[in-house]
Amino acid sequence: MILINFIFLGFLLTAVIGLIATWFDRKITARIQYRVGPPLLQPFIDIVKLFGKETLMPEGASKIVFFVSPVLGLISIIIVSTILWNAIINTNKTFLGDLIVVLYFLTIPSLSIILGGFASKNPLASIGASREMKLVIAYELPFILSVLVSVIKSNLSIRIGDIIKYQIAHGSIIGSWSGILSFFVVFFCVQAKLGLVPFDVAEAETELASGALIEYSGVSLAIYRLTKAMMFFVLPFFMIILFCSGQIFVSLGILKFILIYIAIVTLIVIIRNVNPRLRIDQALRFFWGPMTFLSIVATILAMRGL
Amino acid sequence: MSIKLKALLKSPWVFHLSTGSCNNCDIEILDCLTPRFDVERFGMVLAGSIRHADVLLCTGSVNRKCIPRIKKIYEDAPKPILVVAVGECSLSRGLFIHSYNCPVPLDKIIPVDVYIPGCPPKPEAIIAGVVKAIEKIKANIKNNKQMKK
Repeated sequence: MILINFIFLGFLLTAVIGLIATWFDRKITARIQYRVGPPLLQPFIDIVKLFGKETLMPEGASKIVFFVSPVLGLISIIIVSTILWNAIINTNKTFLGDLIVVLYFLTIPSLSIILGGFASKNPLASIGASREMKLVIAYELPFILSVLVSVIKSNLSIRIGDIIKYQIAHGSIIGSWSGILSFFVVFFCVQAKLGLVPFDVAEAETELASGALIEYSGVSLAIYRLTKAMMFFVLPFFMIILFCSGQIFVSLGILKFILIYIAIVTLIVIIRNVNPRLRIDQALRFFWGPMTFLSIVATILAMRGL
Repeated sequence: MSIKLKALLKSPWVFHLSTGSCNNCDIEILDCLTPRFDVERFGMVLAGSIRHADVLLCTGSVNRKCIPRIKKIYEDAPKPILVVAVGECSLSRGLFIHSYNCPVPLDKIIPVDVYIPGCPPKPEAIIAGVVKAIEKIKANIKNNKQMKK
């Protein structure tokens, strides 16, 4: 049963939804720029094409790390999505501490980019990887502090099932003041985790020429793109579970779920399109300054029961 | 036609290489990405790295300093790769045909699949050239199949 969930829900369904979300992102970007944009199947075609291309390894690169790190990222994101789907399907069958497992595994895709970048023996890739590392250090603190709000609200439970059950009983966490604040903070952290424009210093196309992924080609690049597409579904999904899952177990719940998901993705894409790129020091200041402050305020409000 | 090739023709990622051009051709290439022409409709995007690219778009008269680098870039590219020469300079050295610094045109250095003439070529011409390249690949495959029969 777990294996079936792992393959069908965790990998296939998430990948399909994620790739469609990538198309949605490209299409909205095109519409904002008064263009027509790519057809619906374009992300799928890209992945298939990359699987058919030659996979090269740069001379002097560390072979094992170079080829294993993309797979590492993909597997971790599959595990995360499996855990989340399981929590949604049966809220009683989640294990103790799965929230912490999810938080850990959500860091590994960034880690795989860092490892791959450093392993590829390219100066631009090294700069991209080191920027990615700083970005992880920057957003991880407010992200975890904001996730803590959901934990505190659901009587200090680190089971995702308990968080969902609390929200079914008492309404969504986003309905409270601390919920709104922490949702706001997590939203920007998700933007940084996805590597989208205000925080895309790691693969700044104009200065680093795709950054950490510069030496990747063929199958490895396809896996990286697939991981990124799946994160496009998994991270908003995680946000919905943490903050809005009171909405999705009522009548017409699936419709509400889809609407909330589309709203979050659209907002992410619009923010991506109307902002310039931040420097890495500005990004660090942004996350450690106002975002950490807001998340601390949210945590204190949650402790007070607001 | 195999599914891999079909996918390749539907999402050609372009790497843009300037081999000492006067920038006119480069500007015209960037025009293709603007709202008026929008080649992303056909899945074409500019790739930052040659490792991601399926099409190598060369502009400019090939000067001596560039020759080893063009060879290196061509070898770095994951095959199959399509080489497109854009502009009069990379076709036949254009204005610089008598220059000491431009010994040979581009197709004497790496195999070129499609030539797009013009100084600079219009964006329409560039798009037409890429369409021709795609048709050429399709025709090649058909011929190969007939040869096998």
